Amino acid sequence: MIQDPPVPHGFPIERHDRYSPPAALTELRQRRPMSRMRYADGHEGWLITSYDLARKVLSNPLFSNAPAGVHPVLGGLQPTKEQKTAPPGMFLRMDPPDHTRLRRMLTGVFTVRRMNQLEPRVTEIVRHQLDQLEHHGTGADLVEHFSLPIPSLVICELLGVPYEDRASFQVDTAAIFRLDTPQDERLAHMDSIQKFLADLVDRKKAEPTDDLLSELTRNPELDRAELVGIAFLLLIAGHETTANMLGLGTLALLEHPEQLQLLRQDPDIVDSAVEELMRYLSIIHIGPLRVARADIELGGNLVKEGENVTISLASSNRDPERFDDPEELDLRRRAIGHLAFGHGVHQCLGQQLARIEMRIAWRELFTRFPKLRLAVDPSEVPLRTDMAIYGVHRLPVEW
Amino acid sequence: MMRIHADRTVCVGSGMCALTAPEVFDQDESEGRVVVIDPNPAGEADRQAVNDAVDLCPAGALSIV
Ligand code: SF4
Repeated sequence: MIQDPPVPHGFPIERHDRYSPPAALTELRQRRPMSRMRYADGHEGWLITSYDLARKVLSNPLFSNAPAGVHPVLGGLQPTKEQKTAPPGMFLRMDPPDHTRLRRMLTGVFTVRRMNQLEPRVTEIVRHQLDQLEHHGTGADLVEHFSLPIPSLVICELLGVPYEDRASFQVDTAAIFRLDTPQDERLAHMDSIQKFLADLVDRKKAEPTDDLLSELTRNPELDRAELVGIAFLLLIAGHETTANMLGLGTLALLEHPEQLQLLRQDPDIVDSAVEELMRYLSIIHIGPLRVARADIELGGNLVKEGENVTISLASSNRDPERFDDPEELDLRRRAIGHLAFGHGVHQCLGQQLARIEMRIAWRELFTRFPKLRLAVDPSEVPLRTDMAIYGVHRLPVEW
Repeated sequence: MMRIHADRTVCVGSGMCALTAPEVFDQDESEGRVVVIDPNPAGEADRQAVNDAVDLCPAGALSIV
């Protein structure tokens, strides 16, 4: 007799395959897409693995994204006192109307049209990094010379953060995203970035330059702490996410040569390729998490006020109810509606920027190096299972 | 005939509509909120794109009335 899948203790992260979500999540989606989950501190909350329910949770304003009442989904991520409320400016962790007020100060900058205008500059940055990669020769690390610096340079330039300062805050960001960083260390790294940004805000106020941070300092509605919080959020969000899509996505393409061939033959499919790689890889592999602000009926269950609901985007994006043959990477499919950028009011603010970065980066990469290949066995590529954002740590390539 | 309604009060400026149906939707300069530039698209492709945009809008701001 087939047994019901057990109630998971903590969010399943153990993978059997580089690209697929953990088998435990897939099994739950097939058998019990809304499941109880025991959180790391013993809290009895929920785990959502289907597309339909994920969208329902993410678009329902009764599910809060504020830090209050959050239980850890994995050991070692205990929230501390400092995290009970969102720091000023950190609108991602706020609910409306606070969230709405701050987000609206930025949405004008990240529109489809404004991002399309950045194409020539992003192309320049990408080509420059390809020169760097080439310069380092056979075995060069694509992460170090290509996938990490491109989004980093773009967001630094947009915000007005001097790129020379990146070394220090990249150390801090990497530590923040490592799952096993002890909580006090994580807070120390957050502090270090915040101090750096507070200085920067003061400098921009004194001597404004032509960038987003200078523009924001002129807004009388924002105080210094809020400016620092916003800068922090944009800097972090603009860094690791696109970088990991580029790294892991390139590996996935190299390991699916028939798909890569399609892209080489017809670079115009790069738009749909980006959506499909986002769907297929779902690099936000843990969460998002929401807290019920009231008793809520969902999928035939009652979520009680205060209960935590964690969503697997990776599993939702492989739901056959929404996508045909979801386990196949198919660059020509219409993967629209994937949840890799989230859904609801918190859907990624920078998504249109991420899209043009990925389109240009992959188009240029495979134009410059039509014979690009891995310089090591795929099994030797270190995976970021230990990080809050999935991807590859390194990707040695040759051409 | 298709009539599009966009609720600008709930729009979060994600740009999914302008990305999906650029002949029909745009975003304003200051806050990136949705602007309907063709409330009654005639072409089949645009109408399909509008249906997609309604489905994709993360804020539930779009509807066909
Ligand atoms: S898709 Fe919805 S939320 Fe996004 S800009 Fe259009 S109307 Fe606004």
